[in-house]
Amino acid sequence: MAATATSGTAVVTLPSDTQIQTTRELNAPKHLVYKAWTTPELIKRWWAGDHGVATVAEVDLRVGGTWRYAMTANQGFEVAFHGEFSEIVPNERIVSTDIFEGMPDGGAAVTTVTFTEEKGRTTLTILTQYPSREIRDMVIASGMEGGLQEALDDLEEVAISLN
Amino acid sequence: MILAMARAATTTDAFNAVAEPRRRQILDLLTHGERPVNDLVAEMRLPQPLVSKHLRVLREVGLVDVRDMGRQRVYCLNGQPLKPIHDWIRAYEASWSSRFNRLDEVLEELKDQELGDQKRGDKED
Repeated sequence: MAATATSGTAVVTLPSDTQIQTTRELNAPKHLVYKAWTTPELIKRWWAGDHGVATVAEVDLRVGGTWRYAMTANQGFEVAFHGEFSEIVPNERIVSTDIFEGMPDGGAAVTTVTFTEEKGRTTLTILTQYPSREIRDMVIASGMEGGLQEALDDLEEVAISLN
Repeated sequence: MILAMARAATTTDAFNAVAEPRRRQILDLLTHGERPVNDLVAEMRLPQPLVSKHLRVLREVGLVDVRDMGRQRVYCLNGQPLKPIHDWIRAYEASWSSRFNRLDEVLEELKDQELGDQKRGDKED
Protein backbone atom coordinates (compact mmCIF):
# COMPACT_ATOMS: atom_id res chain seq x y z
CA MET A 1 0.00 0.00 0.00
CA ALA A 2 2.90 2.33 0.72
CA ALA A 3 3.69 4.54 -2.23
CA THR A 4 7.39 3.87 -1.79
CA ALA A 5 7.06 0.09 -2.01
CA THR A 6 9.13 -1.20 -4.89
CA SER A 7 7.46 -4.58 -5.02
CA GLY A 8 3.86 -5.66 -5.25
CA THR A 9 2.22 -8.77 -3.94
CA ALA A 10 1.97 -11.90 -6.00
CA VAL A 11 -1.66 -12.51 -6.88
CA VAL A 12 -2.79 -16.05 -7.64
CA THR A 13 -6.08 -16.77 -9.39
CA LEU A 14 -7.71 -19.84 -10.92
CA PRO A 15 -9.08 -18.51 -14.23
CA SER A 16 -10.57 -21.85 -15.29
CA ASP A 17 -10.81 -25.47 -14.18
CA THR A 18 -7.40 -26.32 -15.61
CA GLN A 19 -5.34 -23.17 -14.99
CA ILE A 20 -3.38 -21.33 -12.33
CA GLN A 21 -2.36 -17.71 -12.94
CA THR A 22 0.15 -15.68 -10.98
CA THR A 23 0.74 -11.96 -11.51
CA ARG A 24 3.24 -9.63 -9.92
CA GLU A 25 4.28 -6.05 -10.61
CA LEU A 26 8.02 -5.38 -10.76
CA ASN A 27 9.76 -2.03 -10.51
CA ALA A 28 11.79 -2.32 -13.72
CA PRO A 29 11.23 -1.98 -17.48
CA LYS A 30 10.26 -5.16 -19.28
CA HIS A 31 13.52 -5.67 -21.17
CA LEU A 32 15.30 -6.04 -17.81
CA VAL A 33 12.61 -8.34 -16.41
CA TYR A 34 12.94 -10.45 -19.55
CA LYS A 35 16.70 -10.52 -19.10
CA ALA A 36 16.42 -11.64 -15.46
CA TRP A 37 13.83 -14.23 -16.48
CA THR A 38 15.89 -15.80 -19.29
CA THR A 39 19.59 -15.46 -18.33
CA PRO A 40 20.86 -18.64 -16.58
CA GLU A 41 23.18 -16.97 -14.04
CA LEU A 42 20.41 -14.52 -13.09
CA ILE A 43 17.71 -17.24 -12.93
CA LYS A 44 19.88 -19.11 -10.43
CA ARG A 45 19.73 -16.11 -8.12
CA TRP A 46 15.95 -15.88 -7.84
CA TRP A 47 14.30 -19.10 -8.98
CA ALA A 48 14.69 -21.13 -5.77
CA GLY A 49 13.30 -18.32 -3.63
CA ASP A 50 13.63 -19.24 0.03
CA HIS A 51 13.01 -22.91 -0.67
CA GLY A 52 16.56 -24.00 -1.44
CA VAL A 53 19.61 -23.33 -3.59
CA ALA A 54 19.34 -23.33 -7.38
CA THR A 55 21.90 -25.74 -8.82
CA VAL A 56 20.98 -25.84 -12.51
CA ALA A 57 19.60 -23.22 -14.90
CA GLU A 58 19.97 -24.19 -18.53
CA VAL A 59 18.15 -22.19 -21.17
CA ASP A 60 18.29 -22.71 -24.92
CA LEU A 61 16.12 -19.72 -25.75
CA ARG A 62 14.70 -20.51 -29.18
CA VAL A 63 11.55 -22.20 -30.46
CA GLY A 64 12.16 -25.93 -30.05
CA GLY A 65 14.95 -25.25 -27.55
CA THR A 66 14.74 -26.68 -24.04
CA TRP A 67 15.18 -25.40 -20.51
CA ARG A 68 15.92 -27.14 -17.24
CA TYR A 69 16.05 -25.74 -13.69
CA ALA A 70 16.97 -27.67 -10.56
CA MET A 71 17.39 -26.80 -6.92
CA THR A 72 18.51 -28.53 -3.76
CA ALA A 73 15.59 -27.91 -1.45
CA ASN A 74 16.18 -26.92 2.18
CA GLN A 75 15.07 -30.43 3.18
CA GLY A 76 17.95 -31.90 1.13
CA PHE A 77 16.21 -33.39 -1.89
CA GLU A 78 16.51 -32.21 -5.48
CA VAL A 79 13.60 -30.62 -7.29
CA ALA A 80 13.83 -30.22 -11.05
CA PHE A 81 11.66 -28.94 -13.87
CA HIS A 82 12.22 -28.88 -17.61
CA GLY A 83 10.40 -27.98 -20.79
CA GLU A 84 10.56 -26.92 -24.41
CA PHE A 85 9.93 -23.46 -25.84
CA SER A 86 7.11 -23.21 -28.38
CA GLU A 87 6.89 -19.43 -28.73
CA ILE A 88 9.34 -16.64 -27.99
CA VAL A 89 8.64 -12.94 -28.53
CA PRO A 90 11.60 -11.15 -26.91
CA ASN A 91 10.57 -8.81 -24.06
CA GLU A 92 6.90 -9.71 -24.60
CA ARG A 93 5.98 -13.35 -24.28
CA ILE A 94 7.40 -16.84 -23.71
CA VAL A 95 5.43 -20.06 -24.09
CA SER A 96 6.91 -23.39 -23.03
CA THR A 97 5.99 -26.76 -21.66
CA ASP A 98 6.61 -27.20 -17.96
CA ILE A 99 7.30 -30.68 -16.58
CA PHE A 100 7.96 -31.46 -12.92
CA GLU A 101 10.49 -34.29 -12.96
CA GLY A 102 9.15 -35.66 -9.69
CA MET A 103 5.78 -36.26 -11.32
CA PRO A 104 6.58 -37.58 -14.82
CA ASP A 105 3.10 -39.11 -15.15
CA GLY A 106 1.64 -35.69 -14.56
CA GLY A 107 1.96 -34.77 -18.22
CA ALA A 108 3.19 -31.46 -19.51
CA ALA A 109 1.69 -28.24 -18.33
CA VAL A 110 2.03 -25.28 -20.70
CA THR A 111 3.19 -22.01 -19.20
CA THR A 112 2.74 -18.64 -20.87
CA VAL A 113 4.71 -15.75 -19.39
CA THR A 114 3.81 -12.22 -20.50
CA PHE A 115 5.68 -9.00 -19.77
CA THR A 116 3.57 -5.82 -19.85
CA GLU A 117 5.22 -2.47 -19.19
CA GLU A 118 3.60 0.71 -17.98
CA LYS A 119 5.52 3.78 -16.84
CA GLY A 120 8.73 1.87 -16.38
CA ARG A 121 7.11 -0.89 -14.31
CA THR A 122 6.38 -4.38 -15.57
CA THR A 123 3.49 -6.65 -14.80
CA LEU A 124 4.57 -10.24 -15.09
CA THR A 125 1.80 -12.76 -15.75
CA ILE A 126 2.46 -16.49 -15.47
CA LEU A 127 -0.41 -18.59 -16.75
CA THR A 128 -0.04 -22.34 -16.34
CA GLN A 129 -2.39 -24.57 -18.29
CA TYR A 130 -2.61 -28.12 -16.93
CA PRO A 131 -3.60 -31.07 -19.12
CA SER A 132 -6.61 -31.83 -16.93
CA ARG A 133 -8.40 -30.64 -13.84
CA GLU A 134 -7.22 -33.76 -11.99
CA ILE A 135 -3.59 -32.81 -12.55
CA ARG A 136 -4.11 -29.23 -11.51
CA ASP A 137 -5.89 -30.47 -8.39
CA MET A 138 -3.00 -32.82 -7.72
CA VAL A 139 -0.54 -29.94 -7.98
CA ILE A 140 -2.68 -28.09 -5.48
CA ALA A 141 -2.96 -31.13 -3.19
CA SER A 142 0.82 -31.73 -3.22
CA GLY A 143 1.38 -28.04 -2.57
CA MET A 144 -0.76 -28.38 0.52
CA GLU A 145 1.03 -31.42 1.88
CA GLY A 146 4.55 -30.10 1.44
CA GLY A 147 5.79 -26.72 2.38
CA LEU A 148 2.53 -25.16 3.42
CA GLN A 149 3.81 -24.09 6.79
CA GLU A 150 7.13 -23.03 5.35
CA ALA A 151 5.34 -20.95 2.78
CA LEU A 152 3.08 -19.38 5.39
CA ASP A 153 6.16 -18.49 7.42
CA ASP A 154 7.58 -16.85 4.30
CA LEU A 155 4.36 -14.95 3.90
CA GLU A 156 4.71 -13.62 7.40
CA GLU A 157 8.27 -12.52 6.70
CA VAL A 158 7.17 -10.85 3.52
CA ALA A 159 4.34 -9.11 5.33
CA ILE A 160 6.72 -7.90 8.02
CA SER A 161 9.27 -6.71 5.48
CA LEU A 162 6.56 -4.73 3.70
CA ASN A 163 5.66 -2.81 6.86
CA MET B 1 -3.46 -43.79 -10.66
CA ILE B 2 -3.15 -40.03 -10.85
CA LEU B 3 -6.90 -39.74 -10.51
CA ALA B 4 -6.89 -41.96 -7.46
CA MET B 5 -4.19 -39.83 -5.85
CA ALA B 6 -6.03 -36.62 -6.58
CA ARG B 7 -9.27 -37.98 -5.18
CA ALA B 8 -7.56 -39.36 -2.11
CA ALA B 9 -6.95 -35.92 -0.68
CA THR B 10 -10.20 -34.72 0.85
CA THR B 11 -9.14 -31.14 0.31
CA THR B 12 -9.60 -31.55 -3.43
CA ASP B 13 -13.23 -32.52 -3.03
CA ALA B 14 -14.51 -29.04 -2.27
CA PHE B 15 -12.16 -27.85 -4.95
CA ASN B 16 -13.70 -30.17 -7.53
CA ALA B 17 -17.14 -29.11 -6.39
CA VAL B 18 -16.45 -25.43 -7.04
CA ALA B 19 -14.75 -26.15 -10.37
CA GLU B 20 -18.20 -26.48 -11.98
CA PRO B 21 -19.51 -23.04 -13.11
CA ARG B 22 -23.15 -23.80 -12.20
CA ARG B 23 -22.15 -24.81 -8.71
CA ARG B 24 -20.15 -21.61 -8.34
CA GLN B 25 -23.28 -19.75 -9.43
CA ILE B 26 -25.26 -21.46 -6.67
CA LEU B 27 -22.63 -20.50 -4.11
CA ASP B 28 -22.73 -16.91 -5.38
CA LEU B 29 -26.50 -16.81 -5.01
CA LEU B 30 -26.25 -18.18 -1.48
CA THR B 31 -23.73 -15.56 -0.37
CA HIS B 32 -26.68 -13.18 0.01
CA GLY B 33 -28.40 -15.51 2.44
CA GLU B 34 -30.30 -18.78 2.52
CA ARG B 35 -32.63 -19.60 -0.37
CA PRO B 36 -35.35 -22.19 -0.97
CA VAL B 37 -34.57 -24.58 -3.78
CA ASN B 38 -37.43 -23.26 -5.99
CA ASP B 39 -35.89 -19.82 -5.76
CA LEU B 40 -32.58 -21.13 -7.02
CA VAL B 41 -34.29 -22.98 -9.86
CA ALA B 42 -36.12 -19.83 -10.93
CA GLU B 43 -33.02 -17.69 -10.74
CA MET B 44 -30.78 -20.11 -12.60
CA ARG B 45 -33.34 -21.01 -15.26
CA LEU B 46 -32.29 -24.62 -15.18
CA PRO B 47 -34.37 -27.76 -14.81
CA GLN B 48 -35.07 -28.50 -11.17
CA PRO B 49 -33.43 -31.98 -11.24
CA LEU B 50 -30.19 -30.45 -12.50
CA VAL B 51 -30.15 -27.82 -9.77
CA SER B 52 -30.89 -30.54 -7.22
CA LYS B 53 -27.99 -32.60 -8.57
CA HIS B 54 -25.58 -29.69 -8.14
CA LEU B 55 -26.95 -29.01 -4.66
CA ARG B 56 -26.37 -32.65 -3.73
CA VAL B 57 -22.70 -32.42 -4.78
CA LEU B 58 -22.28 -29.22 -2.77
CA ARG B 59 -23.93 -30.86 0.23
CA GLU B 60 -21.69 -33.91 0.02
CA VAL B 61 -18.56 -31.80 0.38
CA GLY B 62 -20.21 -29.64 3.06
CA LEU B 63 -20.29 -26.41 1.07
CA VAL B 64 -24.03 -26.00 1.62
CA ASP B 65 -26.31 -26.97 4.46
CA VAL B 66 -30.01 -27.69 4.09
CA ARG B 67 -32.98 -27.43 6.41
CA ASP B 68 -36.68 -28.04 6.01
CA MET B 69 -38.91 -25.03 6.35
CA GLY B 70 -42.50 -26.19 6.07
CA ARG B 71 -42.70 -27.93 2.71
CA GLN B 72 -39.63 -26.19 1.37
CA ARG B 73 -36.02 -27.18 1.51
CA VAL B 74 -33.86 -24.15 2.23
CA TYR B 75 -30.15 -24.06 1.42
CA CYS B 76 -27.42 -21.95 2.96
CA LEU B 77 -23.72 -21.50 2.31
CA ASN B 78 -20.98 -22.98 4.46
CA GLY B 79 -17.60 -21.55 3.46
CA GLN B 80 -15.48 -23.66 5.80
CA PRO B 81 -14.55 -26.40 3.25
CA LEU B 82 -13.10 -23.70 0.99
CA LYS B 83 -10.56 -22.71 3.61
CA PRO B 84 -7.94 -25.30 2.51
CA ILE B 85 -8.14 -23.94 -1.03
CA HIS B 86 -7.82 -20.41 0.25
CA ASP B 87 -4.85 -21.49 2.38
CA TRP B 88 -3.23 -23.24 -0.54
CA ILE B 89 -3.55 -20.17 -2.75
CA ARG B 90 -2.00 -18.06 -0.01
CA ALA B 91 0.85 -20.57 0.32
CA TYR B 92 1.37 -20.65 -3.43
CA GLU B 93 1.41 -16.86 -3.49
CA ALA B 94 3.96 -16.84 -0.67
CA SER B 95 6.14 -19.35 -2.49
CA TRP B 96 6.18 -17.10 -5.52
CA SER B 97 6.62 -14.00 -3.38
CA SER B 98 9.95 -15.31 -2.09
CA ARG B 99 11.10 -15.75 -5.70
CA PHE B 100 9.83 -12.35 -6.74
CA ASN B 101 11.57 -10.68 -3.82
CA ARG B 102 14.86 -12.07 -5.12
CA LEU B 103 13.93 -11.10 -8.64
CA ASP B 104 13.44 -7.54 -7.30
CA GLU B 105 17.06 -7.56 -6.07
CA VAL B 106 18.37 -8.83 -9.42
CA LEU B 107 16.36 -6.15 -11.24
CA GLU B 108 17.72 -3.35 -9.04
CA GLU B 109 21.23 -4.49 -10.00
CA LEU B 110 20.36 -4.64 -13.67
CA LYS B 111 18.93 -1.11 -13.53
CA ASP B 112 22.09 0.17 -11.82
CA GLN B 113 24.25 -1.57 -14.40
CA GLU B 114 22.25 -0.07 -17.26
CA LEU B 115 22.51 3.37 -15.70
CA GLY B 116 26.27 2.89 -15.29
CA ASP B 117 26.60 1.79 -18.91
CA GLN B 118 24.67 4.84 -20.07
CA LYS B 119 26.90 7.19 -18.05
CA ARG B 120 30.01 5.58 -19.46
CA GLY B 121 28.49 5.87 -22.95
CA ASP B 122 27.80 9.58 -22.39
CA LYS B 123 31.43 10.21 -21.39
CA GLU B 124 32.68 8.46 -24.50
CA ASP B 125 30.48 10.63 -26.74
